[in-house]
Amino acid sequence: MEKTLPKFVSTEKKDTRSGFGDGLYELGQKNKDVVALCADLTGSLKMDKFEKEFPDRFFQVGIAEANMIGVAAGMTIGGKIPFTGTFANFSTGRVYDQIRQSVAYSGKNVKICASHAGLTLGEDGATHQILEDIGLMKMLPGMTVINPCDYNQTKAATIAIAEHEGPVYLRFGRPKVPVFTDPNQKFEIGKAVMLNEGTDVSIFATGHLVWEALKACEALAEEGINAEVINIHTIKPLDEEAVLASAKKTSCVVTAEEHQYNGGLGESVARVLSKNLPTPMEFVAVNDSFGESGTPEQLMEKYGLSSNAIIKSVKVVLQRK
Amino acid sequence: MPDIQELQKICSQVRRDIVRMVHKPQSGHPGGSLGCVEYFVALYFNIMKHNPKSFTIDGKGEDLFFLSNGHISPVFYSTLARSGYFPVKELDTFRMIDSRLQGHPTTHEGLEGVRVASGSLGQGLSVACGAALTKKMNGENTLVYSLHGDGEIQEGQIWEAAMFAAHHKIDNLISAIDYNGRQIDGDTEEVMSLGDIEAKWKAFGWHTMKMNGNNIEEVIFVLNQAKAETGKGKPIMIIMTTEMGQGVDFMMGSHKWHGVAPNDEQLASALSQLEETLGDY
Repeated sequence: MEKTLPKFVSTEKKDTRSGFGDGLYELGQKNKDVVALCADLTGSLKMDKFEKEFPDRFFQVGIAEANMIGVAAGMTIGGKIPFTGTFANFSTGRVYDQIRQSVAYSGKNVKICASHAGLTLGEDGATHQILEDIGLMKMLPGMTVINPCDYNQTKAATIAIAEHEGPVYLRFGRPKVPVFTDPNQKFEIGKAVMLNEGTDVSIFATGHLVWEALKACEALAEEGINAEVINIHTIKPLDEEAVLASAKKTSCVVTAEEHQYNGGLGESVARVLSKNLPTPMEFVAVNDSFGESGTPEQLMEKYGLSSNAIIKSVKVVLQRK
Repeated sequence: MPDIQELQKICSQVRRDIVRMVHKPQSGHPGGSLGCVEYFVALYFNIMKHNPKSFTIDGKGEDLFFLSNGHISPVFYSTLARSGYFPVKELDTFRMIDSRLQGHPTTHEGLEGVRVASGSLGQGLSVACGAALTKKMNGENTLVYSLHGDGEIQEGQIWEAAMFAAHHKIDNLISAIDYNGRQIDGDTEEVMSLGDIEAKWKAFGWHTMKMNGNNIEEVIFVLNQAKAETGKGKPIMIIMTTEMGQGVDFMMGSHKWHGVAPNDEQLASALSQLEETLGDY
């Protein structure tokens, strides 16, 4: 079997939240309807450049996330495109009913932008490490759910969602992670990105796990295993066509995400496969538990979200083909 | 513009609509609806600048109203229909399958006059604040109105919004609280006492006013006074005293008709007390 050569190199590390901040700033320059709201985390969300440059379109709401969501919903009435910013935990679980009634059910064009998602928030511990947010958001009718993988893609996604009419949940993170996607990419909502074509196994990854999947792919190639890696940056609507085409080719699947098994990308992929093309599948995700304090690297290793965990799952699923 | 006598006639018809609407599906909230009739009729037939015949969600150039205590949808729907937003006969579909008149108001079925869903309490003041800020950003000098239940202000989000509105000087917002002193489980003083409501809003930095919400002349007078107070750096809160069930003797003086529909006999008794002025739907 021909060895797969790594096609992606990263020369620098940047945080995805900075991709959001820079994307928002660029949006501010080119779209006067874009407004931003933040619940006392302007620095953490990297919204300070927008705040400084466009003070008339920036609204500090204080530590009052429920109100922030409601105000954002109201601002759409009259044509504004509000971007709300706080940690993922406070962007979803804390304000679920506000999002459900005032945003999703009311069909409001609010962009809920959530940083510090998942275990990679690190030392603050489980109170802040939400691992249920993708599930919460994808269950809401009409909600688009996006989890980009690096700085460039987060920036591109931030810019793209302003053009999309309807509520969006945009999830990103705190730590500096490898930058490897094209800085000039066009972000297409709902369109999976093929990163490495392979024939033995499909790895569908989202967010920070995409880079881990590429590392796993490289290591697997050394062992003669030809893995296909697809970046599912949009969990809802899921690119079902891409999932089915890849699964048809490889006949086994591994999903990888910084989220609970329950409600995550893996379940969405499993639903599509079980309905159309039952395929052996393994899941790299958190197994029904809360996180804890630690460095991002320690946590990702301990909770089984690393490239090693992906390699292990690939080997298991290959046996099930 | 209708004079006071004509407005009172509209009120009577709206009250007939309310009891008939909740009677048919044997479901809905007549008590608070009946108590707020004068407020709605004053807003939609006298106070607000609005275009019932060319409704848009954005409502640019119009005054906007947000109903936060969505369970009093019967009075909202009747007023919207009677002021021309949608056909009056559609009131007959309230709470029935395939209706645009959902139990609680929603934009989901495209009902003209509704700009956000409400029902889960405590959210409407935030929405009204957002809409009012957009009016300002768009350079409009139009106003935003919102109504809230007194029990509803037990929700924490109301006070988040109260703080926000004062901080951001949202002075194109005229809110009101339907202060009937009753909620589902009993009198507000027994369930969760509200204390000195006016002092609370004052302390949060709002300009406060009071009115008897069941006297249409007073409602119009105070709402006009409130309009004159806009643009002065403070949001406005009107503590509106009402009687739950106003206009139907056996529904007044109790919390029991918060969310209960009249039976056939009770409907007949209620209708006998309310003159049919504009024709039933």
